[in-house]
Amino acid sequence: MPNRAERLSRILLSLPPGLYLLLLFAVPSLMMLFASFRFSGEYGGLAPWYYIEDGQFTLDLTLENWQRLFESDIYLGLLLKSLAYALATTLICVIMAYPLALMIARSKKRHRDLLLLLVILPFWSNFLVRIYAWMIIFSPQGALTAALNVVTSSLGLEPITLMFSGTAVIICLVYVHLPFMILPLYANLEKHDHRLLDAAQDLGANRFQCFWLITWPLSLPGIYAGAVLVFIPSLGIFAIPDLLGGTNGIMIGNVIKQQFVESRDWPFGSVLSLVLTAITLVLVLLAAKLGSPAGENNGKK
Amino acid sequence: MQTATEAPQAVLEIIDVSRRFGDFVALDKVSLNIQAGEFFTLLGPSGCGKTTLLRLIAGFDQVDEGEILLDGKPLTALNPEQRPIHTVFQSYALFPHMTVAENIAFPLRMTKIAKPVIDLMVREILEDVRLPDKAKHYPDELSGGQKQRIAIARALVNRPRLLLLDEPLSALDAKLREQMQIELINLQKEIGITFVYVTHDQGEALALSHRIAVMNKGTISQIDEPSVLYSCPDNRFVADFIGQCNLLDATVVSVAEKQLRIAIAGLGELDVCANPEIDFAVGDTCALTLRPEKIRLAAQLDITDDEVLFSGKVHDMLYLGDVTVYIIELANGVLIEAMLANDAPGRTRLFDTGDAVKIAWHTDAGHLVA
Repeated sequence: MPNRAERLSRILLSLPPGLYLLLLFAVPSLMMLFASFRFSGEYGGLAPWYYIEDGQFTLDLTLENWQRLFESDIYLGLLLKSLAYALATTLICVIMAYPLALMIARSKKRHRDLLLLLVILPFWSNFLVRIYAWMIIFSPQGALTAALNVVTSSLGLEPITLMFSGTAVIICLVYVHLPFMILPLYANLEKHDHRLLDAAQDLGANRFQCFWLITWPLSLPGIYAGAVLVFIPSLGIFAIPDLLGGTNGIMIGNVIKQQFVESRDWPFGSVLSLVLTAITLVLVLLAAKLGSPAGENNGKK
Repeated sequence: MQTATEAPQAVLEIIDVSRRFGDFVALDKVSLNIQAGEFFTLLGPSGCGKTTLLRLIAGFDQVDEGEILLDGKPLTALNPEQRPIHTVFQSYALFPHMTVAENIAFPLRMTKIAKPVIDLMVREILEDVRLPDKAKHYPDELSGGQKQRIAIARALVNRPRLLLLDEPLSALDAKLREQMQIELINLQKEIGITFVYVTHDQGEALALSHRIAVMNKGTISQIDEPSVLYSCPDNRFVADFIGQCNLLDATVVSVAEKQLRIAIAGLGELDVCANPEIDFAVGDTCALTLRPEKIRLAAQLDITDDEVLFSGKVHDMLYLGDVTVYIIELANGVLIEAMLANDAPGRTRLFDTGDAVKIAWHTDAGHLVA
């Protein structure tokens, strides 16, 4: 039982982030929820949510924004496509990050810091600048596309374009989010007790079995943590599909931005945004549930 | 090849094995044989090479020279997972993400044994280590002693040819350790698998083993049964390392058939029984090893013809409960450790510091080493 001073200090310590999240996340979310039932104003923004006629107070709210979500399959389809993009990004990140994280975790202690520094090195240049760099790489005149098309034409295939495609979006999503998978995975793998692998080998496991039965299951909490860090930002991102996706590579984030900025339809933008938030929350809770039982038993004693 | 008339074929033969790490010689031409069903212990201070030898047997390390044979066949080409040898690690190394049953089933899953058979074998070995109700628990939910038993069960379940135990009891408290020692002896007797046990604890080694190899600085000092090792050490290191021991430097004065006369600095000349293993000549230096409990201690002593008697006074004493250890100062400042059981009723104290006492020992109580 914590004493009073301890409880007080706990409350005081959690107050700043608590207030911050309340004011800048919980309250705005409720405002969006409210906005999703209102009409949009004539010149954008929101129409008043009530009017008074003949001294009579009348609410002016509607469900039509929510109905619109289900009227055509465009929005739900786009939502599914965004989920697929985010999922593909996450899977590719796992596949690419795992060997690297394992290599760093098993390299000599004095090399690890340098290798980790290399992993976070891309953060030293601006996010948008890095995406523009990919535009150059993907452009039809770019070296990458040109080189690929030499190969395709020699095989008698159609020339390919990378720019303004879903492929370009996923490649760039992976590029941007890879460090967020490597770092939590490394943090997990680095804590593994190498004596467990000795024991497994001693008991008859070959190298593959050692990995698949010991290292892999023990690293799952790291994968879940990394997956959350990669999946959620990928799902809502609009800058990358905006610049690299063209019309084919568009994602739900672009539509939400469109509703608020170009279409000036705040209520419908709120609907889409809320749906995205809800899906994200469900997936995070799921990941936390999947990650926790193995996580508990991963602790050393 | 050795003559077949000798002991039965050894399970494990270690022949002139050397292992060096840079300039450091961890093992220097070590040879030993371990018989089937034996509880064999490698005993020595830290850095003596015992753990290196264990790792070589398990396959985690490769010999620089020499050979290790299991049932007469060389092990060198086999990886650890291919050797029918399992290890119980000091840290237990239980897999934290698997239940007790899954941990124990692990070596069985590596073979082609059918699932129902595995379940049966797991249940059986859990009975053997007396933890049948812990199958569904995770290692984190077990006490130290329980983890230890599960680690042993996991290593024994598929009946390895050899079980290696690397200081398995060092993490347990004294009471539990004693209990586990008894369990280990019984378990080994029951299932009859050859145990190779590594420890730096001489008490543990004496209590558990059929035979002990005492190691020092990468070599083997002596291999013998515990009682031989204790009462007839081959050299000063073994005498000193195992148990408490008085080591008195001496010179041989005269040699008879079964008895020698030696001169000990400060104490003068006295008779001792000869060591049949060593031929001493007049003038040789030697050391008399004398266990504290073999020395008689009293205020007044009548001695027989076969005993030697000295007078001294109590210099220091250590009350240990069951016994008291007395450091007796003899003439010329020679210190001798003697031990008396506190078997008198009540809280009677026999002697106090400064008391004049007599000590005596039988001529065959001491053991002469080079």
